Amino acid sequence: MALTAGRTRRNVLKAIGASAAGALAAPYVKTAGSAGRLRLGVIDHWVPGTNEVLQRILARWGEANNVEVTIDFITTIGNKLLLTAQAESRAGSGHDIYALEFHMVPMFKHRLIAVDDVVEDIVAAHGPIAGLSRQAAFLDGAWRGGPAPAMNASAATVARRDLFLEHAGIDLTELFPASDTRDSAKVDRWDWEAFGNAAVALHAADRPVGAAISPVTDSSAWLAQLFASYGAAMVNEQGEIDADSDAVREALEYLTRLAKVMPDSVYAWDDASNNRWIISGTGSAIFNPPSAWAVAKRDSPDVARHLWHCDVPRGPAGRFRAFNSIFWGIWDFSENQSAARDLLRYVAEPEVVVAMLEASQGYDLPLIASHYDRTTVWAEAGPPAGGLYNYALRGDERTVTDGYPAPPEIAARISMQRIVPNLVARVTQGGETFDDAIGWAENELEGVLRG
Amino acid sequence: MRVLPPLLRRKPAVAVLMCVPLFALILGLVAYPFFHALFLATLNKAETAFVGLDNFTFLFGRQTFWMVVRQSLLFALVAVVFKALIGLAAAHAINTIPTKGQRKWRGMMLIPWVIPPALSTLGWWWLFEPTYSAINWGLTKFAMPAVPWLSDTFWARFSIILVNVWVGAPFFLIMYLAALKSIPGELYEAAEMDGAGPWQKFFYITLPMIRNIIAITTLFSIIVTLANFDIVRVLTQGGPLNTTHLFATYAFRVGIESGDIPLGASVSLFMFPMLAILAFIILRNVRRRAASLA
Repeated sequence: MALTAGRTRRNVLKAIGASAAGALAAPYVKTAGSAGRLRLGVIDHWVPGTNEVLQRILARWGEANNVEVTIDFITTIGNKLLLTAQAESRAGSGHDIYALEFHMVPMFKHRLIAVDDVVEDIVAAHGPIAGLSRQAAFLDGAWRGGPAPAMNASAATVARRDLFLEHAGIDLTELFPASDTRDSAKVDRWDWEAFGNAAVALHAADRPVGAAISPVTDSSAWLAQLFASYGAAMVNEQGEIDADSDAVREALEYLTRLAKVMPDSVYAWDDASNNRWIISGTGSAIFNPPSAWAVAKRDSPDVARHLWHCDVPRGPAGRFRAFNSIFWGIWDFSENQSAARDLLRYVAEPEVVVAMLEASQGYDLPLIASHYDRTTVWAEAGPPAGGLYNYALRGDERTVTDGYPAPPEIAARISMQRIVPNLVARVTQGGETFDDAIGWAENELEGVLRG
Repeated sequence: MRVLPPLLRRKPAVAVLMCVPLFALILGLVAYPFFHALFLATLNKAETAFVGLDNFTFLFGRQTFWMVVRQSLLFALVAVVFKALIGLAAAHAINTIPTKGQRKWRGMMLIPWVIPPALSTLGWWWLFEPTYSAINWGLTKFAMPAVPWLSDTFWARFSIILVNVWVGAPFFLIMYLAALKSIPGELYEAAEMDGAGPWQKFFYITLPMIRNIIAITTLFSIIVTLANFDIVRVLTQGGPLNTTHLFATYAFRVGIESGDIPLGASVSLFMFPMLAILAFIILRNVRRRAASLA
């Protein structure tokens, strides 16, 4: 959930509750010019069956507004979403609306039209867009995209409750119950050290935990939350290189220990490897949205019924969860910008967001806080009953993204060049000293910061 | 009967006209992209200002870039040597088969070369899959240890070279086979009458006769191997630890994925002078040998 650091969903809801409540009742009002043709490039959803629901929703909108809507579902595997965006932005031709992952908005801001009017309407109707997401799409004083109804996700801890209980003595269902009755003192003890101790025990039982340390998005995501929880950063908020710090060394020291009890294959994992691994029954924990669980429910129900989604472990600087906000932007070469704006407004409507949430079985986290109270999908999803309850942020987690806390343009390049996964692998796999690995990272970061 | 205009009755004019589509293709798909890449390489990151050679001087200060240079050369040299050796051995083997049975062997041996590399590499990826490698499954059935094909630096480099050799060796095979068939049989008969053995025939007849083909094939292969992209992209994405990046994949990472197109263009242009010098030397030698034979 995209909330400003230090603010929980509940706090935000309290703050915006009154204004949002009235606005929620406001109907969707179509503006002039919704006609013609609209081509959308959106993300091919990880959860089976979700694409079809989005297709139906958009087709209905098209029929109602006399717009011919065509959708291309583009996979994120192999960075195809980014490659297509690069091709379209340079050619000045392609889709009208394009789905942009968190780091793609700053990369393509020069080709995305400002949609301030759209976002202002959405905020007026449904309440504010949370802080981290705002940071991604509100650039140089203008909104460059509207909140997407699909694929916003966070990297929760997805763990086998049976294996954690049997081999590590940790009852995840007690620690993170499927209700608002969690014991904050117990949760407070769920830190990286506790996770590491459990990992050692699970490794001994031949059911290790696993997370990619390879040049892929999944690596950047879970390492971002771990680095943030140690207060470690590559580049600080002022845009200065900050890799040579005690916090970075502390995080690397911890990862050196953790990597020893993870499978060696994590250095070559792609974004689907962790899913396959936990679905196969071999692994005991990964950091992921509920797509692994959703596929397991279909293909490996015996595994799915033991998967429990819970908070990310805490570090000395707090508890952070990686969040990927997706925005739908309108290319400046779109020939039907009026209809595109209308569609952006429409997909932020509660009925669309809730429909997508239910279709994705809870995967698609809303970017607007008020939408969280419109569904009970996380409480009802299962089996296991309540297994997804804590996928929606419930406790003291703050959201983070890779490259945090660097300014968006710099964070995007840190992420895309996979500097953090490479830094970690240099130490944990390559056996480099902390100084050498950090020296390499600083050399790379000079490239990131060049004008 | 219609009479051709005088211009078209001149053979050189017809030849030029017939070459126009080819010139257009070369201009559009080779010359224009090349000069555009040169232009891009002289711009700043935002592509708003001319910076001369700054992108190249910046690259020279990057550790990862020099690692990519070393890896690309290692990859190209090892892969081309093995492709040439395997191609030569296979060509010889097929050449000894009676002509009637050669066709099916030639066809089978060409399969790796004609399948789109991105697809065949995907097949290899399933064999090397980090966690559920089919090869490792076989190895463990025979109580042998699993091999970290893609997660260990040595094995990842081995894997991408292996796949490149698998894809590229048939090209050498077919070129060498054509060259072997063009050698007059009388030369071997005369050598046999003089008491030459198989190795002597190979070193004193076969190799000299196919030397030009070897040189041109090697040059062509070095160019395409150094420019390889799909194998690394599908198998390792440059990992682990950036140790399998080649010029093309690193240029892609820096230029397309990280949004620094001018720097990416500079990386991809870096191999141009090296290849140009290599091509000049090899083609000059080929020309000289051809002239001496004439």
